[in-house]
Formats: sequence, C-alpha cells, structure tokens
Amino acid sequence: MSEAPALLHEPWPSVERQREGATFGLWLFIATEILFFSGLFLGYTLYRNIYPDAFKIAARETEVVFGTVNTAILMTSSLTMAVASRSATRGFRKMTLLCLAVTITLGCAFLVCKGLEYHDDIDNRLVPGPDFKLEPPETQIFWAFYWVMTGIHAIHVTVGIGIVTTVTLLIARRRLPLATAAVEAMALYWHFVDVIWIFLLPLLYLMGRS
Amino acid sequence: MTDITIDRFPDSKTGESYLDEGHSLASWLTTTDHKRIAILYALSITAFFFIGGFAIGLVRLELLEPHGLFLTDEEYNRLFTMHGIIMVWFFLVPSIPTTFGNFLLPMMIGAKDVAFPRLNLMSWYLFVIGATFTIIMIVAGGVDTGWTFYTPLSTLYANGNVIAAAAGVFVTGFSSIATGINFIATTHMLRAPGMTWTRLPLFVWSIYAVSVVMILATPVLAMSLLLVVVERWFGVPIFNPNNGGDPLLFQHLFWFYSHPAVYIMILPAMGVISEVFACFARRKVFGYTAMIYSLMGIAVIGFMVWGHHMFVAGQSPYANLVFSFLSFVVAVPSAIKVFNWVATLYGGQIVFKAPMLYAMGFLGLFTVGGLTGLFLASVPIDIHVTDTYFVIAHFHFIMVGGSVSAFFAALHFWWPKITGRLYPDYWARFGAITMFLGFNATFLPQFVMGYEGMPRRYHVYPEQFQVYHVISTSGTVLLAVAYILPLFYLGWSLFYGDRAGRNPWHAAGLEWEAASPPPKDNFERTPTVTGGPYSYGEDAEPRAHTA
Repeated sequence: MSEAPALLHEPWPSVERQREGATFGLWLFIATEILFFSGLFLGYTLYRNIYPDAFKIAARETEVVFGTVNTAILMTSSLTMAVASRSATRGFRKMTLLCLAVTITLGCAFLVCKGLEYHDDIDNRLVPGPDFKLEPPETQIFWAFYWVMTGIHAIHVTVGIGIVTTVTLLIARRRLPLATAAVEAMALYWHFVDVIWIFLLPLLYLMGRS
Repeated sequence: MTDITIDRFPDSKTGESYLDEGHSLASWLTTTDHKRIAILYALSITAFFFIGGFAIGLVRLELLEPHGLFLTDEEYNRLFTMHGIIMVWFFLVPSIPTTFGNFLLPMMIGAKDVAFPRLNLMSWYLFVIGATFTIIMIVAGGVDTGWTFYTPLSTLYANGNVIAAAAGVFVTGFSSIATGINFIATTHMLRAPGMTWTRLPLFVWSIYAVSVVMILATPVLAMSLLLVVVERWFGVPIFNPNNGGDPLLFQHLFWFYSHPAVYIMILPAMGVISEVFACFARRKVFGYTAMIYSLMGIAVIGFMVWGHHMFVAGQSPYANLVFSFLSFVVAVPSAIKVFNWVATLYGGQIVFKAPMLYAMGFLGLFTVGGLTGLFLASVPIDIHVTDTYFVIAHFHFIMVGGSVSAFFAALHFWWPKITGRLYPDYWARFGAITMFLGFNATFLPQFVMGYEGMPRRYHVYPEQFQVYHVISTSGTVLLAVAYILPLFYLGWSLFYGDRAGRNPWHAAGLEWEAASPPPKDNFERTPTVTGGPYSYGEDAEPRAHTA
C-alpha cells in the first residue's frame, strides 16, 4: 500500500477541490499571521515617531553585514522553494526533492547567521537591561523590538524548516504523493516568512544609516 | 412529545450513529469527526463554566458585607480575575462556535465534515494545552491583574502567575484561530450542490462572520500578551514608562482584540436565536438579507470601536469623539437584528417550548444590554460610570443574558439531534424561567449601584450599597440553580429520554434531515438543496432531496 498513498481525503469531493481548499486555508492563516506581526509593526512605528533620534542612534548598532547576507540567503531559499513547488505539480520528482533539500539547507544557514549575529549583539551589550550600552533609555525600546521581531521571525523559520523537512522525508519515502497539496501550501508559508524579513530589513538594519 | 416526526426518508439501518463509532477513550481522543470533537469541546467548556462560576460565587458571597466576609484583598483580586479569564477565554469565546458550530456547520451545509478534520482535532488539543496552563496558574495561586492584563501592573508590579495565565490565553487563542480557518474554508469549499450563499441558514452566516473576526483579531491579542510575557520575563522594556514606553499602547492592542471578542461571543448567539425563532414561530426569518448584512456589518464595524474602552485612559479627545460615534454606529446593525426578530415573531404561530423560552430571554436581555451600551458609548455618561458596576451589568447583560441564554437555547434546541433523546420539557421550561429571573435579580441592581458610584473590583464598599449587593447575591443563587438543573434533566434524558426521531420540532434546517444522532458521514447521500433555509408555514416546501 506504500506504492499508492491516497491523494484524496475526507471530506473532499475531488482532488482539485482539496488542493484549492489547502491553499485557501493557508491564505487565511497568512491573514492571521499578518495581524500577528502587525502588532509589532504598529508598536515600532509609534515609538519611532515619538523618539526618532533615539531610534537612529540605536539602529546604527545593528550588524548590517549579517542582515544583508541573511537577506540573500532567504531570497535564494524562496527561489528554490518556488522551483520545488512548480516541479512537484509537473511531476519532476528528483528536482522537487533536490530543491526542497536546498531550501532546508538555506533555512538552516539563515539560522546559523542569525545565531552568530545574536552572539555579537550580546557581546556588544545590546540586550536591554541594566547593562545596556546605549543612551538615552528610549534606545532600549528599539532593541526590545529588534529582539522580539527577529526572535519571532526566527521561530517562524525554524517551524518552516521542520515542516519542509517532514514533507520532504515523506515524499522521499513515498509516504506522501508528489502531487500533494502540502508542497504548495508550505511554499506559501515559506514565502510569507521571507516577506516578513523583507520588512524587517529596512526597519532594523537600514534605518539610521542613510 | 407524542407527535411523530415527518420522515421523508425511511429510517435506514445503514450507518450507525457517530456515538457508536467506537466506545473507547482512545477512539474519542483521536477522532477527527466534527461531531465528536464538538462533544469533546462541550465537556471541556462545561467544566470551565462551573469553575469560573464557582469563583464568582465566592466573590458574590464576599460582597454580602460592606467590609468583606472572608477574603483578603489579594484573594478577592485573584478570584475575580480567575472568573474573568476562565469565562471569557475558556467558556464564552469557544462556547457556541466550537460546540454547536462544529457539530452543525457541516450538517447545515450538507458536508461530511469540516474542511480540515485533523486541524479541528488539533484545535481541541491546543485548547487543552491552554487550559492546562490556566489550571497550573490557578493551582499555583492565581493572578491578580484582572482579565485585562493591563500594563504596567501586569509587567512590573503584579505578584501573581502572570506568565502562566498569559501563556494559557495565548495558546487557546491559536485554538480559536484554527477553528476559524476551518469554518471559513468549510463554508467556502464544502457546500452541498444547490446550497448557494443566500440559502445558508443564518446560524452558518453567524459562524462565518465570527470566524472572520476570530482569525483577524485573535492574533493581535496573542502578540500583545506575548509582549507582556517578554517584558515581564526578560525585563525588556516595551510598555515600561521608565524607558519611554507607553502603557496605553498595550490597551490599544488588547482592546483591538478584546472588543471584537465581544462580537465573537454574541454573533453566534444571534445565529442561534434566528434559527430558534423561525422554528417556534413557524415563520420565515423576517429580512433574511438584512440579517446577513447586519451580521457582517457588526463583524466589520466591531473592529473600529475598541477606543471606547479608553475614554478616560488618556486618549485624545478627538479619538474619543470618533470612537464614540463609531460605537453608536455599531448599534445600528444590532438594532436591525432585534427588529427583525420581533417582526419574525409577529403573526407567527408561537409555541413556547424550552428553546423558545431561552430565546425570548435572550431577546429581552440582549436589548437591555445593547441599549445600556449606548449610554456607555457617549463620552460624558461613560466618564461618570467608567469602572463602576454599571459597566459590569451592561456587559453581563450581553455576555450572560445574551450569549449564555443563547447557548442554552441552542443546547435545548439541538439536544435531540445531538443525543437522539428528548428531555422533559417541563423542567427545561422551569430552568429557562428561573434563569431569566435569577439573571435579572443578579444584574439589574448592579445598574443602580453602578450609576450611584459603586466601583468595580472593590470588596470593601460604603454601606449604602449593601442592599443592592444582597439582592444581587441572592439572584446568583437562583442563577446557580438554573445552571445546575440541566445537568440533571439532560443527564436523565441520556438514559431514559424518549427517542427523538429525525425532527422532533418539525424544523426546516438541513441538519434535521439526518438521523438523530447522525451517522458518521451525516447524510446517507449528499443532499441536493432546492430552497431557502426557512420553509415554514404557508411557504413550506421540500427543502432538499437526495439525488
């Protein structure tokens, strides 16, 4: 029975409808996620308007090299994910698996870079608290948002890696058919996480450097 | 209850009921059947309803004496907080959607299940995890911030278990998001042939509207609580005024969820009432289209009124003006609904069965709750009664008088469908009337003492208010009777009640075409829908046929 894993599940009337449903459900989830992050973006915007100078001082301390490298990594992973999604629908099995593997690797590389950057930030006493190196105290708010925003984003990347790895293994072992709607759905999620990063980059790294 | 159901289908022996699909605990805990998940939810929220009720019972007892009877300040704070957190997030928000929504939405649209059955089960487990955090919070001593977690109290000063409490609410939030996504996808993708959008029962529309609010508002609550936890745990300043942070920002984020959350609680109730009125007045719901637009209108405008919780919190007067105006606007669709319900009853052949009595209770109490909402929407009056018992009475009229009455109406209306049994109508009607009287005795005095200046969240108060508190507490006893009574007669009906048959109320909904209790796949064959949802009285026509 491992040769022909079922593609159609209850309660769907057809495979096509089921695929539409999975994508639609994921779009709804993305709507939720946007509102989730919007709380952070709203807070950031508000404080940046109240304390523009403190935010400029604080933003100059972020590691723009890491930020740029990570942007490149994530964008590339989005490309490989898009290729994987397309090849899955066309039935290119090897190409799909290869691209998914590259996507996972790039996701991990992103996390490693992020970890190195966090290490530098901690060394530079950029964790808000009594030991914080910058003045005035409002700079701590910027860094609070830095940690929370990048932290939550990194959690999303980690979850994404977990999902992509699971699906890749299931496809590789033929437990899941190549034509599963899961590939397209998780590709949507992955792109969404990348898009969040595109917003974080200017807010956290590019601001205060002009 | 001797009248026999209309049976357009002969009782087929094919397909046992969903209750017979397995009797082991494991078969329940791993089920993906929407009907069984609804039962799991129903048991969980009922447990929480009584825990939260117990907490407020102690609070009401304490308030018998102006100087307090037996609680310290700290204990009192923790008890009313526990009541608020449990009743809002572990009873009211999930109440109708996760139980009746889960059970009925697929049946009402002629589907076999919700769109994502495994996600549906996962949402229940998320609820359980959140509930576990909350139980841990309670056992560890509770929390004293009030259910609103206002900063800087919650982040800098409170001694209680803020993190466990916030974690519980955070996780439960994702359970309602998962449910919301599931319901929206189900309504869009799985309607039976012929079930067009304008043939959907209003209950389905209300669940659809509430799902939209759930998936768009809940994540904002999740973020605001996450920020509270981060600030409290790591000392990172986000709302801390010492670093230039703004506590008002928290209130904005919190109420951006928590005001729409009121509509999460009341919209499904409105759906229930529409179904019950149509059935027991034997009439088509008056102004079906207007009912849909008003549901969606409430869902949308409900997102734009959160500032009325902050009239005295230091918000700009211009913002107050706008939020005040919008709060009046949101009353318009609610009023449309009330008038349409009354018009539905007008000229109807009304039968006062238990569900109808609960629904009539809803109509009166919701109207009072809604009208006092207008008092609070106008800034000058709100300044006078902010944080008094007037506010408490107002929102309890909506949430308890409205939502809980509707929950009981739904419970009594669909009990024969869910369990296949009839309950003793006499006791159910007795319960409905007791609930209405007990509710009014409890909360009407609170309007008076609130208007005269009794502040909320105090257990020591001037003696002039004692008489109102005593009346209110005695009303609580009646309410408790009304809430506990159904446990007995509904429990009795499970074993000794008469078989209900498919359609004991002669109701028109598609769910009544299925057997009671329904088989796992709901219908023997996928139904084809040929008419609108309320074919009662003279326009009665066959609703659906199986192709």
